[in-house]
Amino acid sequence: MPILHETLSRLWTLDRDVLAIAWLSLRVSLTAVSIGLLLGIPLGALFAVARFPGRGALTGLLNAFMGLPPVIVGLVLYLVLSRSGPLGSLGLLFTPSAMIAAQATLATPLVAALTRQVVADAQVHLGEQLRSLGLSAPRQAGILIYDVRFSLVTAALAAFGRAISEIGAVLVVGGNIDGHTRTMTTAISLETQKGDLSLALALGLVLMSLVVVVNAAAALLRGHAARAYG
Amino acid sequence: MDRLRRSLLTVGLTLVLGLSAATAPASAEPSAIVVASTTSTEQSGLFKYLLPIFHEKTGIDVKVVALGTGQALDAARRGDADVVLVHDRPAEDAFVAQGFAKARRDVMYNDFVLVGPVSDPARIRGVGVREAFAKLAAAKAPFVSRGDRSGTHSAELRSWKEAGVDLASARGDWYRDVGQGMGPALNTASALGAYILADRGTWLAFKNRGDLTILVQGDPRLFNPYGVMLVNPERHASVKVKEGQAFVDWLVSPEGQNAIASYKIGGEQLFFPNAHAPGTR
Repeated sequence: MPILHETLSRLWTLDRDVLAIAWLSLRVSLTAVSIGLLLGIPLGALFAVARFPGRGALTGLLNAFMGLPPVIVGLVLYLVLSRSGPLGSLGLLFTPSAMIAAQATLATPLVAALTRQVVADAQVHLGEQLRSLGLSAPRQAGILIYDVRFSLVTAALAAFGRAISEIGAVLVVGGNIDGHTRTMTTAISLETQKGDLSLALALGLVLMSLVVVVNAAAALLRGHAARAYG
Repeated sequence: MDRLRRSLLTVGLTLVLGLSAATAPASAEPSAIVVASTTSTEQSGLFKYLLPIFHEKTGIDVKVVALGTGQALDAARRGDADVVLVHDRPAEDAFVAQGFAKARRDVMYNDFVLVGPVSDPARIRGVGVREAFAKLAAAKAPFVSRGDRSGTHSAELRSWKEAGVDLASARGDWYRDVGQGMGPALNTASALGAYILADRGTWLAFKNRGDLTILVQGDPRLFNPYGVMLVNPERHASVKVKEGQAFVDWLVSPEGQNAIASYKIGGEQLFFPNAHAPGTR
C-alpha cells in the first residue's frame, strides 16, 4: 500500500491550517453536544417519569429521531436561516453558529432518547419509593438523573460521535468556507473531491485521533468522578 | 441534593465556557462578503491564490461557498450571497434578466477538455468535439456526467445536442449520471476508466487521474467563460454593496486580471483574464 506510506508522511507536513480546522470541529461539536445535553437530559428524564396520553407514540417518535438524517436537518435549517427564510435577518447562514445549531438538532433527540432509557431502567428500582414520597414529576426526574449521572456520559459521547463525524448538515449550512466554516469532515470530503487521497486520509487520521482523545478524556473523568462521589 | 447542585453547577459552567468559546470569534467580522461560486474555481485552487491578494489590498474578507453554477445562482436568488462568480452564460443572462443582478462582467475564461482512458476505445483522440460526442454515443463508451446543473453539466448537455445525439433515448448503462462536483466525477471516471468532460483548471489540479488523459481539446466550442455579478441590492437589502462591488471591480481591474493570469499549476496557466478583451460581450 504505497498510499499508506504517503499518508503517514503527509501527517508530518500538516500545517497550522489543519490545527485551525480541527479546533473549529471540536468547538462546534462540543458546543452542540453541550446544548444537546442541556435540552436532551431533562427532556428524556421527563419522558421516562411523566405519565401523559400519547406517551408511547411520542417515545417511539423520539427514538426514531435518533436516526434523523443530517443532510435533511441541514437542508431544513438552510431554508430557515436563508436570507429569504423566516430567520434570515439574523444572518447566521454560512457561520459556525449555524453549524452548531444543526449539530445540536442532531444531538438533542439522541441524548433525550438515551437518557429516557437509562432513567426508565433506574425507575424500576427507585420509582415506587419516589412516587410514594409524593414527589412531582420534575423532582423525580431530577433525582433519577442524579442517580444515573455516570451512565449519561455514554449518551454524551454518543452525541459527540454523531456530531463530530457528520458532514451532511455542516456542509449545507456552513458552506465549507476556507478558514471560516471548514471542518475536519468537510475538509476530508474536499480533498477527496480534489483527488488528493493521501491528504484526505491524513486528515482522517487526525479526526480519528481527536475522537479517541475526547473519549479517553471522558473515560478518565468518569472514573475519577465515580471514585470521588460514587 | 448538595451533590446534585454541585454537578449541575459544573455542567452549567462547562456550557457557558463552551458557548462563549464557540461564539466569540464568529461574531467579530467587520467587512466580509459571501461569494457563491463554482466547484471549479474552488477546487482548482484559484480562490486560495486570489483572496489573500485582495484581502491585503482592501482588508475585505471574502467567504467563498463553492457550489454548482445552478445552485450558486439559486443561493444568490435567495439572498444568501453578495456576489456570484459562475460559468454558464445562458443561466447568467437569465439571472440578470430576472433582475437579480444589474450587470454581468466578463472576468476570465478557461476551456473544457474531453478526458478519457489512454486506450481510447471510442477512438476520439484528436477529433472535433461534435464528432467526439457522436462517436461516444455510437460506441456506448462509459461516460460520466456531472448531472448537477453545473456550468460544466450544461456544457456537456449542449455538446450532445450539437452532436445530434438525443440523450433521452441514447442514454443507457454507459451513461453514468453521478450528480456531484467536478472532483468526485473525475474520481468516478478514473475508477471506471470512463470518458468525461472536465474544466481544464480542475483537471490540472486533480491528482487521482489513474490512466485518464486529455483526448480532445482546443475546439472553439470548448470555450468556458466566467462571469461575475453583484447581487441586486433592490432584491435583497442584505447585500453588502460597497464591499461586493469592490471585489467585482478588483477582479476586472488590471491588477486583478494580472493576478488571475499569474495563477499557475506546474507552469501551466489555468485561467485567462478577458475583462477587457475585444469581441466579448
